[in-house]
Amino acid sequence: MAARFLWASRVASHLRISVAQRGFASVVLKDLKYAESHEWVKIDGNKATFGITDHAQDHLGDVVYVELPDLGRSVSQGESFGAVESVKATSDINSPVSGKVVEVNEVLTESPGLVNTSPYEEGWIIKVELSDAGEVEKLMDSDKYSKFCEEEDATH
Amino acid sequence: MFLFSRFFEELIFTRRFSGKSSKGFKMSISRANDLRLPLMNLIRLKGTPILEQLHLEERLLRASSENWCIVNDGTNVPTIVMGMSGKPSQLLELGPVMKDQIPVIKRFTGGGTVIVDKSTLFVSLICNKDDVPGVQPYPRSVMAWSGSLYGEVFGGVNGFQLRENDYVFGDRKFGGNAQSIIKNRWIHHTSFLWDYNVRNMAYLKLPSRVPQYRLERDHTEFVCRMKDYIERSDFIEKTVKAVGKQFAMKQVNLEDIDSYAKGEHVKSTRLLTMEELQEAMSGTTQSA
Repeated sequence: MAARFLWASRVASHLRISVAQRGFASVVLKDLKYAESHEWVKIDGNKATFGITDHAQDHLGDVVYVELPDLGRSVSQGESFGAVESVKATSDINSPVSGKVVEVNEVLTESPGLVNTSPYEEGWIIKVELSDAGEVEKLMDSDKYSKFCEEEDATH
Repeated sequence: MFLFSRFFEELIFTRRFSGKSSKGFKMSISRANDLRLPLMNLIRLKGTPILEQLHLEERLLRASSENWCIVNDGTNVPTIVMGMSGKPSQLLELGPVMKDQIPVIKRFTGGGTVIVDKSTLFVSLICNKDDVPGVQPYPRSVMAWSGSLYGEVFGGVNGFQLRENDYVFGDRKFGGNAQSIIKNRWIHHTSFLWDYNVRNMAYLKLPSRVPQYRLERDHTEFVCRMKDYIERSDFIEKTVKAVGKQFAMKQVNLEDIDSYAKGEHVKSTRLLTMEELQEAMSGTTQSA
């Protein structure tokens, strides 16, 4: 737990954002936005970067494959655009916002485990050009997402 | 309506005449709870081609909002089925596969490679996450649930367990399973090795990712035949019964599927072409 918080602090320092310390294992970074399907998004002007959260990678297990979308493809908020494979399961990755894919993290083809070891940094999955900046308002902030994860885990 | 009338009749009778009205009331509530089990549609197939079965499953997962149990008693011809990320050059003895024209499918779920035929038994479960309380839509949680379900089917027979995500008797695997998880639903499907042709196993290479308990054994030393442990019809009926303890089962005919699954959906399962297999063998492509 302490090691994970140190890792998160280093990531946060690099990204120049603050970290929320939570009572349970997964790390949530402030200044990111989160979807209920456990993807995170970082907005930078009219571009957004996304990936899956530390909570998601922890529950999924070791990721052995990432299916990436084609460049130029449109993605829609809440809809699947790719998948990760872990523990004999393919799990959809859903887009937290709508837009056009402008960059994919090709490194994940050879090193899918980055999704586990560095979900908010080296394990980013795609970057998009936003088509509707207002959609970000529908996402959760770090506090709401932390609570969401706690409630989800508590019911199982 | 008839069932609810019966419930209230029983409730009134037990409260008036049982002398233990509290206990009688609780028993009637238990029966009423059975009426509120989520619905599971059951499709029974026999000898359906595995490609057709997988297309059906992907359609029901993505384009239906109901729960499904699909049982296919054997497939028509020997067929190799790889997981989503499978690479033929790494997993298959491509020379013999192409020479003998064995079909190769890439399916929409994760996991490894199997060769299936008329002796294989298939059971697939497609569930809404909210209809399986206590199970999170993540692979290990789903497998813990399915392991428990099949534990009921095999009832402690010969060391049945879910071992490193495989269904085994002792240290021998008899069932290959895989899953696909979308936002609010998931599928867990299994190919059970009722029997198999040793010659068919020769089409498969030893995979690079193997469970620890495999201990470098080749296919014939690692797997076992389910027919040595349970009768075929017994297994099917016990499986349906075990599922029926958690769901209210309703038989559905394949011809009626269109009314349950409408609209377009992502289609990932496909048959690899001979050209793709040839390119994989010559090492000219990374994608197939």
